[in-house]
Amino acid sequence: MDKFTTLHTTAVPLPIEDIDTDQIIPARFLKATTREGFGDNLFRDWRYTQGEEPEASFVLNNPRYQGKILVAGRNFGCGSSREHAAWAIYDYGFRAVVSSFFADIFRGNALNNGLLPVQVSPAFLDQIFQHIEKDPSTSLMINLPEQVIQIEGSGLQENFDIDPYKKTCLINGYDDIDFLLNKRQVIETFEKNHQVH
Amino acid sequence: MGKTLFDKIWDAHIVEDVGPGTQILYIDRHFIHEVTSPQAFDGLRKRDIPVFRTTQTIATADHNVPTINQHLPISEPLSRHQVDMLTENCKNFGVELFGLGHPNQGIVHVIGPELGLTRPGMTIVCGDSHTSTHGAFGTIAFGIGTSQVEQVLATQCLLQSKPLRMRINIEGELQAGVLSKDIILYIISKLSTSGGNGYFVEYAGSAIRSLSMEARMTICNMSIEMGARGGLIAPDETTFDYVKGRPHAPKGAAWDEAVNYWKTLYSDEDAVFDKEYYFKAEDIGPMVTYGTNPGMGLVVDQAIPDASAVPGIEKALSYMGLHEKQAMLGQKIDYVFIGSCTNSRIEDLRLVADFIKGKQKAGHVEVFVVPGSKQVENQAIAEGLDKVFTEAGFQFREPGCSACLGMNEDKIPKGAYCVSTSNRNFEGRQGPGARTILASPLTAAAAAIAGNIVDVRSLIN
Ligand code: SF4
Repeated sequence: MDKFTTLHTTAVPLPIEDIDTDQIIPARFLKATTREGFGDNLFRDWRYTQGEEPEASFVLNNPRYQGKILVAGRNFGCGSSREHAAWAIYDYGFRAVVSSFFADIFRGNALNNGLLPVQVSPAFLDQIFQHIEKDPSTSLMINLPEQVIQIEGSGLQENFDIDPYKKTCLINGYDDIDFLLNKRQVIETFEKNHQVH
Repeated sequence: MGKTLFDKIWDAHIVEDVGPGTQILYIDRHFIHEVTSPQAFDGLRKRDIPVFRTTQTIATADHNVPTINQHLPISEPLSRHQVDMLTENCKNFGVELFGLGHPNQGIVHVIGPELGLTRPGMTIVCGDSHTSTHGAFGTIAFGIGTSQVEQVLATQCLLQSKPLRMRINIEGELQAGVLSKDIILYIISKLSTSGGNGYFVEYAGSAIRSLSMEARMTICNMSIEMGARGGLIAPDETTFDYVKGRPHAPKGAAWDEAVNYWKTLYSDEDAVFDKEYYFKAEDIGPMVTYGTNPGMGLVVDQAIPDASAVPGIEKALSYMGLHEKQAMLGQKIDYVFIGSCTNSRIEDLRLVADFIKGKQKAGHVEVFVVPGSKQVENQAIAEGLDKVFTEAGFQFREPGCSACLGMNEDKIPKGAYCVSTSNRNFEGRQGPGARTILASPLTAAAAAIAGNIVDVRSLIN
């Protein structure tokens, strides 16, 4: 997993609520057996017309909006547990998603892949959308060690929460699996006293 | 202070507190399927490590499989490749697989319970959000991502933070024609698709106690649709009766010991929940959804709300080709899908067969009945239900996820309305442009016959 400390970039706004993982990556694109290449089909059915032409009105097809941060409406990533959603967002080039609320499984999947979910207040999310709408070159600064997100040049900033263990993992690029593999002995001891009926 | 059912099971599975807020949770049972497992096996290969506890993982092929001619090779190359990969991975890593053609094959959340692999008090995970289904047995069951599938394969454990506890109480008696699917669609319509976020939900109350295991599974299945990590129901005699005698159920003295333990699995009188809701069973009617998430639902005789009343409704209605304040009764439909891990069990098929016996589907409607497993299929045939379906003009197919998710060959065409007993009405869920109306098997069957949305309460006595 790649390390994450700070990120300083413009952002792409997607002010829609309840974006589910079927929109992020539709099921018919889940047939790959590797983790790569899902970015091509990120938001596929919003990004392309049924005739497979780029849908001009969709934000990813609008050259005004660029950057490594996706800013989305509340309850982002609800629905299916497909980790392919996090892979697709990362593969497309995003390194963080900002929203006022994340669905549980998506949040976990993102964290396991070095994609930082930054949960901000609804008011701050609105501020971000307004600033980007006014000026698409507005950049955001995310500082993970300090747990701060700033709208640069506006003086606006907010702290965000993150599980302390997950924060350490992201900063160092560790996976849960490395941690668990080192616990094999404790796990075997647990198994000796654990009964499954 | 007493403990909740959830706490009792969770605490019995903590391997170690690695604080703050993070625990190593032991997983008793792990189900896998072809879509979310290949990258996890790849990870094991890269690290050159085996599956830690091979007998605790069970595999099946369900998402990609065709639902006709399952004896032939899968024609779609990418689907075939994914299913072949699963077969190969299971063979190389020593995991038992119920692949196509196996008498135990079926949708992962249908086969676990019917084989007795799902039992009270367990922790169960699967790379699939509807793993919450298994909570109906009084288990902690939840969906995980592929990185976590790899963790469980490698260590039989997950790093978890403990969710908050919610209890939803439903007291009273359901109206005739109202099923457990209606209960859960009703709850989600009240709590919204994010109302359960951060919580594990216990369903309780007299209306829940009166339900069969199949009906309880339908409720727990959709816990994820309100954002909850999972849902569960305290095991009782109904649970024990269902589990008893199944292939993997304990036998003899072990059975008695198991039941004694299972009887301790309930929320203590003085247990405290972080949130509690109360609903009256009498208030619940047959439900249908009108929008593009499962929270956009209403009792079938109500009209679609004002556009100003529900956020996101305009986008949803434009996708659905419906408009505000419109009645759902009488809405013409094109397809009916009876299946998925929500409603494809034998009880669902019996209910549908019983309702349609001697009737014909509407001419313009195409109807798929897709059993949840090979066992359900065989049982349905043994009871002659297949004949009832075909005589009514319904297609009776072979088991799989089918038109639940637009991944295999069973898709709903663009713009068509499909009344579906599945769990998600997201844009494109059943195929690009497909318009899904979620409902109970009874409401779906009634719509198949009428050709439009009807109130089943007016058709049964
Ligand atoms: S039936 Fe649908 S919801 Fe259930 S496991 Fe299959 S795809 Fe998922």
